[in-house]
Amino acid sequence: MSEMTKIVKTTANILFPFTMIFGLYVIAHGHLTPGGGFQGGAIVVSGCALLLVAYGSSWVFDRIKDKRLAAFESLGAIGFITIAFLGLMFSAVFFGNFLAGSGSLFGTTPATGSTLADFNTGGVLPLMNFAVGVKVIAGLFVIVLVMAYASSTKEWG
Amino acid sequence: MEKRIIAGALVLGIVAVFFLFSVLLIHPFGDPGQAQMDDYIITHTQNETGTQNGVTSVVFDYRGFDTLGEATILFSAVTGVLLIFRRVRH
Repeated sequence: MSEMTKIVKTTANILFPFTMIFGLYVIAHGHLTPGGGFQGGAIVVSGCALLLVAYGSSWVFDRIKDKRLAAFESLGAIGFITIAFLGLMFSAVFFGNFLAGSGSLFGTTPATGSTLADFNTGGVLPLMNFAVGVKVIAGLFVIVLVMAYASSTKEWG
Repeated sequence: MEKRIIAGALVLGIVAVFFLFSVLLIHPFGDPGQAQMDDYIITHTQNETGTQNGVTSVVFDYRGFDTLGEATILFSAVTGVLLIFRRVRH
């Protein structure tokens, strides 16, 4: 995939930060608003795919190491499993929500009914959203990059 | 050509009959048949998981094991794409 014109590059430059912020917002507020790790990760990767289209695959291959993406994917999966086993350890149930209502990190219990959203709620759900978000960003970006690599002539990885 | 049109019309008619039956047998809006699980989750999600978002509480807490499977599906999708699109070096 070769790079595109200056118009496309400028548009991508303007849109990229907003796409990133929106995707990270959807991941971070997964326990309050619609969305979560999967959806926010897909939004972030769509911003990265925008860069890939605008700047060409060789520009991205120079800056992204596939080993690091693999490490991030493994990190997300290990974090997800670790939180699940911590639930088994602290609340005797696999995927148990041991932080909910504990008063510590993300431990506030919201009042029943329709109330104002509080970021410091949800127990392990925000942490799981974050782990899944990292996993989805790395996994989908690897898919997009490998498909771009298959159509390019440059050596990578 | 005539036969193809007749066969197409026949298939369309059969599908239309099934769709008609499903429309006639559909639940009235806002009145699901089995609602015990929905009611339990709607009533208890804020106390048990401390989350305002009921959907996320189902996806990551009540059905966390299912989400683990989803993450595995993503992993196997990445593995499959890497297998198909990798470039064989000679």
